[in-house]
Amino acid sequence: MSRFVLLGDEAIGQGALDAGLSGVYAYPGTPSTEITEYIQKSKEAQERKVHAQWSANEKTAMEAGLGMSYAGKRALVCMKHVGLNVAADAFINAGMTGVNGGLVVVVADDPSMHSSQNEQDSRFYGKFSMVPVLEPSTQQEAYEMTRYGFDLSEKYALPVMLRITTRLAHSRSSVERKANREENPVKFPSDLKQFILLPANARKRYKMLLSTQDKLEQEGENSGLNRLEEGKDSSTGVIACGLAYNYYREVAGEAGLNHPVLKISQYPVSAKMLNQFVQQVDRVVVLEEGAPLLEESLVGVLENSYRINGRLDGLLPRDGELTPSLVKLALGVTVEPAREVPGIVKNRPPALCKGCSHIDMYNALGEALEPYGPGRVFSDIGCYTLGALPPYNAINSCVDMGASVTMAKGASDAGIRPSVAVIGDSTFTHSGMTGLLDAVVEKTPVTVIISDNSTTGMTGGQQSHATNRLVDICRGLGVEKEHIREMNPLRKHHEENRKMVSEELEYNGVSVIIAQRECIQTASRRLKSQKSKV
Amino acid sequence: MKRDIILAGVGGQGILSIAAVIGMAAVESGLYLKQAEVHGMSQRGGAVQSHLRIADSPIASDLIPEGNCDMILSVEPMEALRYLPFLAKEGWVVTSSRTFKNIDDYPPEDDLFAEIRKLQNHVIIDAFAIAREIGSQKVSNIVMLGAASDYLGLTQESLEGALDTLFRRKGEDVVMLNIKALKAGKNGVKI
Repeated sequence: MSRFVLLGDEAIGQGALDAGLSGVYAYPGTPSTEITEYIQKSKEAQERKVHAQWSANEKTAMEAGLGMSYAGKRALVCMKHVGLNVAADAFINAGMTGVNGGLVVVVADDPSMHSSQNEQDSRFYGKFSMVPVLEPSTQQEAYEMTRYGFDLSEKYALPVMLRITTRLAHSRSSVERKANREENPVKFPSDLKQFILLPANARKRYKMLLSTQDKLEQEGENSGLNRLEEGKDSSTGVIACGLAYNYYREVAGEAGLNHPVLKISQYPVSAKMLNQFVQQVDRVVVLEEGAPLLEESLVGVLENSYRINGRLDGLLPRDGELTPSLVKLALGVTVEPAREVPGIVKNRPPALCKGCSHIDMYNALGEALEPYGPGRVFSDIGCYTLGALPPYNAINSCVDMGASVTMAKGASDAGIRPSVAVIGDSTFTHSGMTGLLDAVVEKTPVTVIISDNSTTGMTGGQQSHATNRLVDICRGLGVEKEHIREMNPLRKHHEENRKMVSEELEYNGVSVIIAQRECIQTASRRLKSQKSKV
Repeated sequence: MKRDIILAGVGGQGILSIAAVIGMAAVESGLYLKQAEVHGMSQRGGAVQSHLRIADSPIASDLIPEGNCDMILSVEPMEALRYLPFLAKEGWVVTSSRTFKNIDDYPPEDDLFAEIRKLQNHVIIDAFAIAREIGSQKVSNIVMLGAASDYLGLTQESLEGALDTLFRRKGEDVVMLNIKALKAGKNGVKI
């Protein structure tokens, strides 16, 4: 069959389409965004009318995916790791309800925090919810495991997590496509009470989930995704999970290592398999991209005679992504000192684009806040978070999607007034609306600035649910009409914008200022494509 | 045959296009490829890089190990130096001389080029001037690709074929301009 050069993300998108996908549900988030974008752009998906519109947030995506699965069809849900925190209620309970049509949840972790606020390891969520987790090492495996994930999901009637990390998500390689298969027809669950998690029913479902665990362990062995690769040098045995396997193979090839390797790409891992492996080697080095999840379960808390080394005992750093050099050091391969970066090389951090509307908004806000002193601006997740950097130094928090509004409310409750939230349009409809309702209900004095560039900018300009809806939404939530203000964030309007912010900072209730101007990146792309059509 | 290349630049300078051309040419030539790139936050005017690996046998790691990189191909001179820990002893630095100054503490240019000239194997070319001469500064990145092209282990035809495939939808003129840029870069330098 045909070969394509695909990002890990794109391989998953193609794998899902070829596995008979009927719908993808997602909210953009680096490094997961390109999965959904790939399906959106796919001609084949368009012809088949595969659902591919963005969702308001990861929770709505997860629930819609579960609904499609209820109807018997195959659904893919995609998010970045912190998105799973938002979707966690739905995700964990989907493990309880089980599924009807295949349901694969792709979670893209970001160890080393290239584009994220933490480096949580989503495999813990898999363990927590007791659903199978697949962890591919290569783009080809990502393609194939997506298909296998749907099979596994339908075989055990459980959602399946596909966990990837940045380096696989955003690395290209050639992928060989397999024959595609038909989508499922609509088919109601055979038990119409399966999805009703009333306690009496939930207790039954939970026992079923518990009783499946042994079979899931066995499945990892039978599938070949967890496998022993023989090696002559049993002074060390290597357990390599997901992407970490690539680094071992790279280093082993270069340094001529020949250790037995247990390649892990499926969880739960068979206890029998781990025991057998540990017993045939003098010590074990555990390589995991992310947190020491498997290492912890091997080490346990009781004294034992096995030598287990990895991130817990300091053989490898506890944080950050693995690299070939780290794996070399861990396996005792000499690493020649690398060249140094010359001292004259300066950091070049990301910055707001020249002409960005957030800049004009921050200039107006900064000046309006001068009389009150620093420390009052709670911000959120998006391009405007770059307002934290010089020369703006404009914000004091960036925690999670929507936290600007609610943290500003809490600080106001505590007596910090004025208290300001700065949030983007897409982030507002993702998770800011409910917090604003809290403030409205209590008439809490807060000034919420929605910096509306009519797109989801940081992830590359995806459609924003907020576009042309913000005034209606704020009105609907109960913000007073005269305190929903709209500004045009341009330098030429600076004085009136500053005045508007000053007025609202003085207001002893909820005000919302919508600073609307299209993202200059999406605007220039739009103009270019209009030009080429003329 | 194995080539480990780090492509370097600033977000928006077109290094992912260079990567796409080399990647497509490599795969069309029957070679194995792995190419790790940076998306997301750093693309906003920050330092960006791509690890590009091509070989005639399977490649394990998506990242190039430190000290193994055969070439740093950079569209910006300071960015060329940022990845020196990856450069092999005999490795080459091929960089555009055109600076991109979006930070206050950008080093003095003389110091920067003096640092690059300390390297045993280096090429500095004015890709911006060459690109402008042949019609558009926008193809500076492809001029740089041309400058490195003799060293990639790929044929000129395969690179031109990849440019044709990747830019065809933008029209014949764009394809021709890019092929011209590739040739101009190649003629502008002999490693």
